[in-house]
Amino acid sequence: MNAAIVSGKTGSPAGLALAPPGKAGDKVFRLLTWLMAMMVLALLALVGWTLCRGSALSLTKFGWSFCVHSDWDPVNGDFGALTFIYGTFVSSLLALFIALPLSLGTAVYLTELAPGWVRQPAISMIEMLAAIPSVVLGVWGIFVMVPWLRDGPYPLLLKYFGFLPLFRSPATGFCILSASVLIAIMILPIITSIAREVFRAVPDAQREAAFALGATRWEVTRLAVLRYSVRGIFGAAMLGLGRALGETMAVTMVIGNSDKISASLLSPGNTLASKIANEYAETLKGIPLSALFELGLMLLLVTVVTNILAHLLIGALGARQRPGT
Amino acid sequence: MTNEIHSPALQSAPPAPVPAAPAVPAPPAGSAVTFDVRQLNVWFGSHHVLRGVSLEILPKAVTAIIGPSGCGKSTFLRALNRMHDLVPGARVEGRIALFGQDLYARDVDATLVRRRVGMVFQKSNPFPTMSIAENATVGLRLNGLRQKDLLQERMERSLRMAALWDEVKDRLHANALSLSGGQQQRLCIARALAIEPEVLLMDEPASALDPLATAKIEELILQLKQDYTIVIVTHNMQQAARISGQTAFFYLGELVEFDQTGRIFTNPRQKQTEDYVTGRFG
Amino acid sequence: MNPWYYHWRKIKSSCVSALCLLCALVVIAPLALVLFNLLQKGASSLDLHFFTQLPKPVGESGGGMANAIVGSATLLGLAGLMGIPVGVLGGIYLSEFGSLRMNWAVRFAADILNGTPSIVWGIVVYALVVLPITRYSAYAAGLALGLMMIPLILRTTEEMLVMVPNSYREAAFALGIPHWKIVLHIVLKTAGRGIITGILLAAARVAGETAPLLFTALGNDYWNHNLSDPIEALPHKIFIYASSPFSDWNRQAWAGALVLILFVLALNIGVRVMTRGRTPHLAK
Repeated sequence: MNAAIVSGKTGSPAGLALAPPGKAGDKVFRLLTWLMAMMVLALLALVGWTLCRGSALSLTKFGWSFCVHSDWDPVNGDFGALTFIYGTFVSSLLALFIALPLSLGTAVYLTELAPGWVRQPAISMIEMLAAIPSVVLGVWGIFVMVPWLRDGPYPLLLKYFGFLPLFRSPATGFCILSASVLIAIMILPIITSIAREVFRAVPDAQREAAFALGATRWEVTRLAVLRYSVRGIFGAAMLGLGRALGETMAVTMVIGNSDKISASLLSPGNTLASKIANEYAETLKGIPLSALFELGLMLLLVTVVTNILAHLLIGALGARQRPGT
Repeated sequence: MTNEIHSPALQSAPPAPVPAAPAVPAPPAGSAVTFDVRQLNVWFGSHHVLRGVSLEILPKAVTAIIGPSGCGKSTFLRALNRMHDLVPGARVEGRIALFGQDLYARDVDATLVRRRVGMVFQKSNPFPTMSIAENATVGLRLNGLRQKDLLQERMERSLRMAALWDEVKDRLHANALSLSGGQQQRLCIARALAIEPEVLLMDEPASALDPLATAKIEELILQLKQDYTIVIVTHNMQQAARISGQTAFFYLGELVEFDQTGRIFTNPRQKQTEDYVTGRFG
Repeated sequence: MNPWYYHWRKIKSSCVSALCLLCALVVIAPLALVLFNLLQKGASSLDLHFFTQLPKPVGESGGGMANAIVGSATLLGLAGLMGIPVGVLGGIYLSEFGSLRMNWAVRFAADILNGTPSIVWGIVVYALVVLPITRYSAYAAGLALGLMMIPLILRTTEEMLVMVPNSYREAAFALGIPHWKIVLHIVLKTAGRGIITGILLAAARVAGETAPLLFTALGNDYWNHNLSDPIEALPHKIFIYASSPFSDWNRQAWAGALVLILFVLALNIGVRVMTRGRTPHLAK
C-alpha cells in the first residue's frame, strides 16, 4: 500500500526520487529527547537520594538531637547543627529585612515613576548586579566592605546600641551582620525583578481609576498596585529568601567561621552552606563526613521548601517562565 | 446515507427536502477522479465539525470551497492532506481516496500523503532563517535530495511556475522575509510545488494580500490548473466565480451543494446556497 | 475641601517618590562600587605575568594564575559537553512532544534544581564520583558544573522553542518532511538565537561558581594534563588567595576577580546585544 502511495503519480510530472521517510527517525528522536527530559527528574531524585544516603550514619546516630545541639566536635565525635541553622536563618532573614524594602522601592520606582530613558539602563544594571559571581563579591567584602564596617558603622553600633545583646561583642568585622549585608546585595536583583513583574501585571485600568479619583502618585501606587500585589510580593520575598539560604561563597568569606552560637550579630558564626564550604579541605570519613552530608540535606530541604512556597505564591509552580524575567 | 452518488450533484440531507436530480452527467466510468470523498466526518473532541461530506474532485481543474465562517471549509481542506493527524483530539472518519488509494488506510504514512498533496496557507509563512533559494528547495533537501544541479534546476522550475523567478533571480540568497507579502505567498507556492505534488490545496491564499497581489495569485492559479488539481478555500465569492470550475458550498459542517461554478452562482439549487451567494448572510 | 490636607498629600507623595529613587540608587550603588574597586585594585596587576605564569609557592611574590584561567576554560568546556546536549534535547521534548503532566513535572524539577545551592551540587558529585574513586578530578568538577547547567538550559530552550509560531511547523508538515527533521532543521534553527542566548547565560553563571569546585576539583599550582587529575579554576583560586594572609596573594585575588567579572559581564552584555536585534519572527 505504501509503495503504491509512493509511486502512484497519475497525471503529474516525472516522479522525483525522494527517499521514503521511514518511522525510525521520528521514534529515535522522540525517545532520545524523552530520555533527556527524564534525566532532569532523575537528577532531582539522585540529589535527594545521595544526600540521604550520605547522611544515613549521622541521622541514625544523632536523630533529632542533631538539630538542637550546637557542638561541632570532630575530636569527640559529637555533632550538632544548631549553630548553623541559627546562622542560616538569622543571616537570611536579616538580609531579607534589609533587601525587601529596598527592592520594593526600586521596583516601584522602575514601574511607576521612572522616565522611559532611565528604565532600560537601570534594569540592565540590576541584571548585571545579579551576574556578579559570589566569590567576587566575597573579595570585595573582605577587603572593602568589612574594613569600612569595622571602622565606621560597627563602632557606632557598639557605642549606641551596645546595651542590646544583639550588638554586644568586639567587632572584627567578620560577623553575621556583614554576611547579611552581602547576602542582601546578592538578593536585591531577584526580588526587584520579580516585584517588577508583579507590579507590571497590575492592569493600567486600576491605576487610571485611582487617578480619576484624584489620588496622588503615591496613593495610586498604594491603592491600585501594592494592594493588588501582596501575594506576589510575598512570592518575591520567598524567592529572595530561597536564594539567600543557599548563598555560599560570599558568606564563607566574611562570616568569620565560628561554630559557637552567639546572640550578637557582630560576632562570627557560620551558616549551613558556609560550614560545608569551610570543611572542604579536611579529609573526612565516617561520622564527620556523614554529619556534613546531613548539613547538606538540611540545606536542600530548606531551599526546596522555600522555593516551592515562592512558586506557589507567584503562581508559577511548574509553569513557563514569563519572558523578560 | 449509504447510497453513494458519483456525480457532483446533491449530497447529504439538507434541511429542506429537494429532488435529487443530477444536473451534470456523471463522468464516464473509469476516468480519473483526484479525490473521491465519501461520508467524511470530522470531530474535534466532541465537537462534530464536518458531517457526512461526500464529493469528487476532478483533476487539472480548480475546485472552490465556499461558505460562511466556521462552516468547515478549512477542516475539509485539511482532511485532504491528513493535517488533522497533527491535532490531538481530532478524529476523522470516512473515506478519502487519492487517485483510488485510500489516504487514511492503516498502513499509509501521512508524510508520504503530504508529499503528494501540497498546501499553501492563508498567511504566507516562508521559513524566516532561510533565503529565498533555501525556502524554495527546503522540501527537497529535507527529504533527501542532495545533488546541487538537480536542486538548482527544480528551484528555478518551481519559482518560474510560481511566476516569481524574474523578480528574485538576482537575489536568491536574500532572506525570504525581504520579499513583499504577495511575493512571499508566491514563494510558498513555489516551495510547495518544488516537491512535485499532484494536488495543491490552498487555504484562502490571497485573503491577506492587496488586490494587485491577489490578481497575480489568481492568474497563477489559472496557469497551474493545467498541470495540477487545485482545491481552494475562499471566502471571496467573486474569486471563486473567477477561477474555479466547480464550487462546493458548505454550511454548518455540511456540504449543501456542489456543482459547476456557473450554476452555483447563477442558478443554485438550494435556497441556502442562493441566500449565501446573493449576500443575504455571510 | 481642605487645601492644607491636599498639599500634605502631595508632599507625602513626593517624599515617597524621592525615597523610591533613593532605593533605586542604593540598589545600583554596589554594582558601581564593586566594579570601581575591582578596577582600582585589580587592573594594575593585570600584566602578562598574570596570564602566563603559574602560581609561585607560598610566601614568594609574583607568579600568575595561568593554570586557573586555563582550568576554568577546561571545566567550562567539560560542563558544556554534558549540560548543553541534555538541556537542549530535554527542552525540545517539552516543547515538541511533551504531555501536560510530564512537562509540569519536568519544569517543577528543573525549577527546584535551579534553586538548589551550588554547594549541594558539589557534595553530591563528591559522594558520587570523588569518594568512590578516591580522587579529585576535572571530570568530577566538570560534571558538577554540567549538571548545574542542565535545568538552566532546559528551561530557556523550552521557552524559546515554544515561541516559534506554529505556522512554520504546519508549513513544514505540509511539505511531507518527517517530524524530527522539522524540529532540528526548522524549529530549532528559528529559535537558534534565543537558545544560544540561554546557553551563554548558563555558561556565565557556571563560570563564576566556586562552591561546586571545592569538593570536586581540589585545585593546585600546576597545569592540568589529565582530566582525571585535580584541576585549578579561577573562582577557586580567587577564594584561596583572598582568604589568605599574604598580601601578594590578596593582590592577585583582586586581579583574578577582575578577570572573572569581566568575562561574566562580557558574556551577559554579549547576550544583551544578541537579543537587541529582536527577532521579529518569534511570537512575543
